[in-house]
Amino acid sequence: MAQIDPSDDGAVVIIGSGAGGGTLAHELTRRGIKVVLLEAGRRQSIATFSQNPGEAFAQLTWLDPRTQSGTWDPVRTSPTLPVWIAKTVGGTTVHWTGATPRIRPWELRPRGTYGDVPGTSLIDWPIPYDELKRYYRLAEARMVVTRRNGNPGLPASNNFKVMYAAAKKAGYKRVHTGYMAINARPGDERGACIQQGFCVQGCKTGAKWSTLYTEIPRAEATGNLDLRTQCMATRIEHNGAGKVTGVVYRDSAGREQRQKARVVCVAGNAIETARLLLLSESAKFPHGLANSSGHVGRNYCHHINGFIWATFDKPVRFWRGVVLAGLVEDETVNDPKRGFVGGYHFELIALDLPTLPLVGLPYGWGRDFASIMDDYRNMAGMFINGEDLPQANNRITLDDKVKDANGLPVAHVHVDEHPNDKAMRQHARTQGKAMYEAIGAKRVIFSPTTPATHNMCTARMSEHPGDGVANAHGQTHDIPNLFISDGSAFTSPGSANPTLTIVALALRQADYISRKMSAREM
Amino acid sequence: MKTPIGRREFLHKTGVLTGVLALGSPLALVAPSRAWAVDLTSLTSEEGVALMAAARTIAPHDKLEDVAYALVIRALDTTAAKDPALRRQLQEGIASLGAAFAASSENARVEALRRIEPTPFFQNLRVQTLQVLYASPLAYAYFGYEGEAFSKGGYLLRGFNDLRWLPDVPLSDSGPVLAAS
Repeated sequence: MAQIDPSDDGAVVIIGSGAGGGTLAHELTRRGIKVVLLEAGRRQSIATFSQNPGEAFAQLTWLDPRTQSGTWDPVRTSPTLPVWIAKTVGGTTVHWTGATPRIRPWELRPRGTYGDVPGTSLIDWPIPYDELKRYYRLAEARMVVTRRNGNPGLPASNNFKVMYAAAKKAGYKRVHTGYMAINARPGDERGACIQQGFCVQGCKTGAKWSTLYTEIPRAEATGNLDLRTQCMATRIEHNGAGKVTGVVYRDSAGREQRQKARVVCVAGNAIETARLLLLSESAKFPHGLANSSGHVGRNYCHHINGFIWATFDKPVRFWRGVVLAGLVEDETVNDPKRGFVGGYHFELIALDLPTLPLVGLPYGWGRDFASIMDDYRNMAGMFINGEDLPQANNRITLDDKVKDANGLPVAHVHVDEHPNDKAMRQHARTQGKAMYEAIGAKRVIFSPTTPATHNMCTARMSEHPGDGVANAHGQTHDIPNLFISDGSAFTSPGSANPTLTIVALALRQADYISRKMSAREM
Repeated sequence: MKTPIGRREFLHKTGVLTGVLALGSPLALVAPSRAWAVDLTSLTSEEGVALMAAARTIAPHDKLEDVAYALVIRALDTTAAKDPALRRQLQEGIASLGAAFAASSENARVEALRRIEPTPFFQNLRVQTLQVLYASPLAYAYFGYEGEAFSKGGYLLRGFNDLRWLPDVPLSDSGPVLAAS
């Protein structure tokens, strides 16, 4: 592994080692570019992942304080944890479920497709779909996605058999075990999935793609990566010409350090990416870095989500097997006759016994609550994953009343639901209930909105500098050597789980940065 | 700094919860004795019994043994020993339920808890009960949950697809089972 001098101003500094940052680090280092990768969390491995759900949560989750407000459910159900993301090397690719559907062509043109939806701040993506598709293919090959590039699908689990029968009974046509970055057979120097469940506690076999044991060790092997763990970026610095010059961070001992940089790429997940840009305000950039448009932190999207559980009078044992290997694609269309714009997926899901009552069920206690838990082994489940609409005031701001361990204001998350969001959720619940009841469910239970694991659009790409933070390459409109390299850069959320698109955009951005660097244009 | 006297010896016992495992209990097979006892270092026995009754009212599983609920109380007691504010919250909360709470009928206990439902005491007790109760090996056994399977080679050969009351999924919509290929 490289050791890059703090005063070396030739390196690219990447903040965050998840899907975006980890992939970008590999792509740049394999082209001979020196990279300092700052990661706030610790480094775990498949050997250290805990198989106790409570311990695993504490081991991987970003638990630093955040505050929140608005009409969405987490304000009531999960006041201290608005979002559930990881703080560890590999970022949320350690915790993710491996689901890799693509954003649909029409979802790149939401403003054009949906029209002027009152209350929203919709714009179209500055990238043509054919261009994104080219990088989707590369990303799917890189991540060994099932049902793509000739890869087989994952086999059907008990939970999926229930979902499949229910969906078919309801007349759905496009139902299968999903596009998953989980090895259905050995590949990419990683083993095949053994259907152990526990995808989100960190995959103990490495069958699920994570930058922790793919991109990052490969970047280290180039000799060009300097990975610094437990290093929390607190400020991006710039010079009088308006170019960024380096990153200030706290190291594992809490000491302030400073790393010079030729280019800075921010990939801290949509909450922390926005927070860092806002924390980096200066006399020259009084509203935060790259924020002349005022869009940094705004348009926050998290996907319409929620669990749908069904209990039966026969056992399912839904905890056995891959957590999310099941997909219904029929509702992933824009059909305003349903009463809303945009589409959604049904995705298979199960929760372990300790986690189900904490995040998976509606608030409750007493006999009715206990009767749901008593049916745990007879339970099947799905997750709604739908497009929420960006709104200017759904945003990340700095909360001056609450400070983190470094004395800096924490992120405040504000989310008010749009009527379209509510209509979509209601439709999905109605459909899901009908599906399960058609095959004899005793009872169907809906969860509230869960703390978001999909966080997007807080530093969005836009064709016009006034409409967003970055251009089509994630390069900020205001500062040519500052890049957005995570889901923050999404122009709109679409209805697909975001990781595949984050990786595709990181591959594309790496091409752009290395081209600009070798042409001495940056 | 190491001291020759362990921390436990400074903590004086303030209460104890006791019980007897049911004959068919999975624990009874491995435990040296069917009798169990959980020491309290912050709450009294009476307070512990009241909290046990409250935890059972919040998550009533009739055939789940008392010792599973005693683990919830032990976790609360351990935290309260280090956190005077929590200890006060628990003591005042228990007092607000009245002396007859633990011995009263389930309906009466539900009514009593409903009256204090908005309080931080109840909300904390509810979350703690869910957090500890369903994470114990006793609960795993009771609900039939098999937990981690990595150490046993996963569920690939241990029933991940053994459901027989619905038709199998066509290969085109699923994929080959690796071990069978």
